[in-house]
Amino acid sequence: MKNVVTLFKRELKGYFATPVAYVFIVVFLILVGGLTFKVGKWFDGGQANLQGFFTWHPWLYLFLIPAISMRLWAEERRQGTIELLFTLPVTMGQAVIAKFLAAWCFTGIALALTFPMWVSVNYLGDPDNGVILASYVGSFLMAGAYLAIGAFVSAWTKNQVIAFVISVSLCFVFILMGTDTVLDFFAGWVPNAVKEALASFSFLTHFQSIMKGVIDFRDLVFFGSLIACFLFMNAVAIELKKAD
Amino acid sequence: MPPMIEIRNLTKRFGPFTAVDNVSFQVDRGEVLGFLGPNGAGKSTTMKMLTGFLHPTSGSAQVCGHDILEAPLEAKKVIGYLPEGAPLYPDMTPRTFLEFIAEVRGFSGAEKTRRVDDVIAKVNIANVASQRIETLSKGFKRRVGLAQAILHDPQVLVLDEPTDGLDPNQKHEVRNLIRAMAKEKVIVLSTHILEEVEAVCSRTIIIARGKVVIDCTPAELAARSRYHNAVTVSVAPDKANAARQGLAQLDGVQSIEDLPSKNGSTQFVLIPKPKRSIAVEVGQKVREARWEVDELRVENGRLDEVFRELTQTTSSN
Repeated sequence: MKNVVTLFKRELKGYFATPVAYVFIVVFLILVGGLTFKVGKWFDGGQANLQGFFTWHPWLYLFLIPAISMRLWAEERRQGTIELLFTLPVTMGQAVIAKFLAAWCFTGIALALTFPMWVSVNYLGDPDNGVILASYVGSFLMAGAYLAIGAFVSAWTKNQVIAFVISVSLCFVFILMGTDTVLDFFAGWVPNAVKEALASFSFLTHFQSIMKGVIDFRDLVFFGSLIACFLFMNAVAIELKKAD
Repeated sequence: MPPMIEIRNLTKRFGPFTAVDNVSFQVDRGEVLGFLGPNGAGKSTTMKMLTGFLHPTSGSAQVCGHDILEAPLEAKKVIGYLPEGAPLYPDMTPRTFLEFIAEVRGFSGAEKTRRVDDVIAKVNIANVASQRIETLSKGFKRRVGLAQAILHDPQVLVLDEPTDGLDPNQKHEVRNLIRAMAKEKVIVLSTHILEEVEAVCSRTIIIARGKVVIDCTPAELAARSRYHNAVTVSVAPDKANAARQGLAQLDGVQSIEDLPSKNGSTQFVLIPKPKRSIAVEVGQKVREARWEVDELRVENGRLDEVFRELTQTTSSN
């Protein structure tokens, strides 16, 4: 546990040691604001909620989270510091979890910095703050799932560009499974149960259900087990690839 | 007491390629083991298995009685390791980096600060301790890497090419540091600089194609050279022929090899018969004949030649 904390602190400080962190946060805030106000026409809607804000999160994360996760292990392998790390008295599990938590915490900071949205909506109207809180929790959980996928992909390669492209593609699959286009495609000729199983693997399905204001146990289990599963595969991938 | 390092039948295969092939050796306290071999011979792979980074395909490695596979954390605690190329986190400063290492090694508070200060002084990086590592020169980076390896005063020190890329002064400093630590530790270092072996090691292992080809002291290694105890003679050109003929007749001399002339005098090497020392007889002969000899030098043996012989005969098999 102590090692996890030490590694976590080093990782998190690492984000702020370079401009990467600031660039990421600024771009995230500009994009999320732009999409909400300009594209989503939040003011014109005249509704005191943040639906028009949270709707964009899965799509923003699709590109922004792989930009964070791509360097997680690829950089460590390219620099050779992975050899340093795993010859210290640190276990694989500690390293994988610490790195993931640091990245997750960083996205949490970026997400928290959207608080002016929450302030404005409370100033302008009388929103259901329970729904907003649930949506923030859901968004954070979804970010964790994207990150776990990205970390796993990053463990396979030394090349950050490859890590980015593959992470985006893989995350896209996890979004698409819940869209109407894909579900309509399957409608009619596959059993409903299969269709629902597919939809239940989608980030959209689970995030949208949380956005309604109810944090269902099933949604928690979905994101939690997805993260755990990809982190486990992450550890296996490092073990297999660290010799190259 | 068991040996500090015990490697038994260590083998590592990458697909069809055998990088390390059934390597066994032991190292005891006070020994500085020089690990020699051509590039790609398996030196680094052996060290990576010894330090627990790579899993062997078969065989075992024990460090201070801890098996690196069964008790990896205990083993890693007693090892200090400088990986090849001294990898470091470029966005940290040497001080924050060393503090991080100290924390992972289980130090905190005043003890942590003391250890970090100590080691910064030891490797002489105080001037750059708050500069980002990516801005440092190669020599400084190597020293930060070394500092990281010795911070917890490990019983076993494994250094993969510790002086690679350093200038002669820096090499000298690093070697002094290694010598100073040699007594109470076990040090394994790999290098392809042969003088380094003579300068710091008490024992050498040459590895080629993944196999140990020789395990002996540097002096024994030099003694395998046909130039061991050879005598180089420089003499004025007009006396050269007489000297060459006279010295060739000496009992202990096996053959004579000509060298390019230097400062206007002719040079040649007298190669002794195996296990013979000819310095005395050559000296006497030179005095008796009254040749004007500019230089008379006894060679210790040429390690590079022995190295080539040992590693190339194996690779032609």
